[in-house]
Amino acid sequence: MRKTTAITALLSAGAITAGAAYAEPVEDTLVVNGEIEMTTWTEPSETVEGKLLELISGWHFRGTETRAMQADDFDNSGMIFVQDAKDAWNTVEGDAGKSCSSCHEDVAGSMKGVRAVYPKWNEDAEEVRTLEMQVNACRTENMEAEPLGYTSTDMTSMVALISSVSRGMPVDVATDGPVSETWEAGKELYYTRTGQLELSCANCHEDNYGRMIRADHLSQGHINGFPVYRLKNTKLNSVHDRFKGCIRDTRAETFAPGSPEFVALELYVASRGNGLSVEGPSVRN
Amino acid sequence: MAENVRPRVKAPRQASAGDSVTIKTLISHPMESGQRKDSDGNTIPRSIIHRFTCEFNGEMVVDVTMEPAISTNPYFEFDAVVPEAGDFKFTWYDDDGDVYEDTSSVVMA
Repeated sequence: MRKTTAITALLSAGAITAGAAYAEPVEDTLVVNGEIEMTTWTEPSETVEGKLLELISGWHFRGTETRAMQADDFDNSGMIFVQDAKDAWNTVEGDAGKSCSSCHEDVAGSMKGVRAVYPKWNEDAEEVRTLEMQVNACRTENMEAEPLGYTSTDMTSMVALISSVSRGMPVDVATDGPVSETWEAGKELYYTRTGQLELSCANCHEDNYGRMIRADHLSQGHINGFPVYRLKNTKLNSVHDRFKGCIRDTRAETFAPGSPEFVALELYVASRGNGLSVEGPSVRN
Repeated sequence: MAENVRPRVKAPRQASAGDSVTIKTLISHPMESGQRKDSDGNTIPRSIIHRFTCEFNGEMVVDVTMEPAISTNPYFEFDAVVPEAGDFKFTWYDDDGDVYEDTSSVVMA
């Protein structure tokens, strides 16, 4: 177990006794397995310049035990799914008689750094692709296999595996060039109030991070830790599932996972976290 | 039949005689309680791991009875004194009759 400093403990105790609805993110450092040093608190990215004073990973907004779970792969239940995906990586599927490893060989070598730059522009398809879309493109075009469900466990586990080998590397998605149109669309969505509660993403995650929304501690809403193992549903959760949950909570009709709207939103939100380390699979409550 | 059951153990590979070492175990398992119903209203049958044991060179270290209220992917962490070099043997007993085993060897430092 990792120890928080006595000062941190005092601070949070003070916040509770004061009865304030504000709970500062906890100061702590994240080192996974004693070797991967994570950047979890850093300078604002270009996207959020003038909007946020600093970038803070969602890790800092969670409890001591939850933070400790992510610091060790044995304690991180998300790694169970990564292990399953490692098996899938080497499993031949589809008419072409190929597995992921037929082309990409060792995942730790070939996929290093990939998570950090997605979503990104695909030159051939002339579209912005999320990691999920790329996995399915590989499956249907190269393996001639059935695509996986966008937020299925198999898909999210595979994304977690690909993400896990990039842990510690800074998120660095492109926002200009061919993706700029999609990025603008995502930004538009981020600041659009939706639902009966008329809340935009920014109302919670930009204006009110650090405060409590009922029992939940609002983070800055970065997606550098996705897929996320959530203690509340004991499984890996994909970015689009999380978007869906958030929009539903504003009492709005949500977009579908994998829809152009969510792809655009993912690109924009990912770029807000440029500079934070890739953490996925992370652990949250 | 529970799927994707995978036992995992983290134990030191080296210790001095008489050392107390920390052992962590986790097995991925849905731990279906038998209390839930599916969308048609039928009870989902109970399917849990009901016993977990750890032995060292044949001697019992812990023997745990588990009940349906235990959550998915049961995790156990405990300390054990290592008197000599040898093997920890971990065994999980599933409701469906399956037995999952794992071992971890310790050498003297």
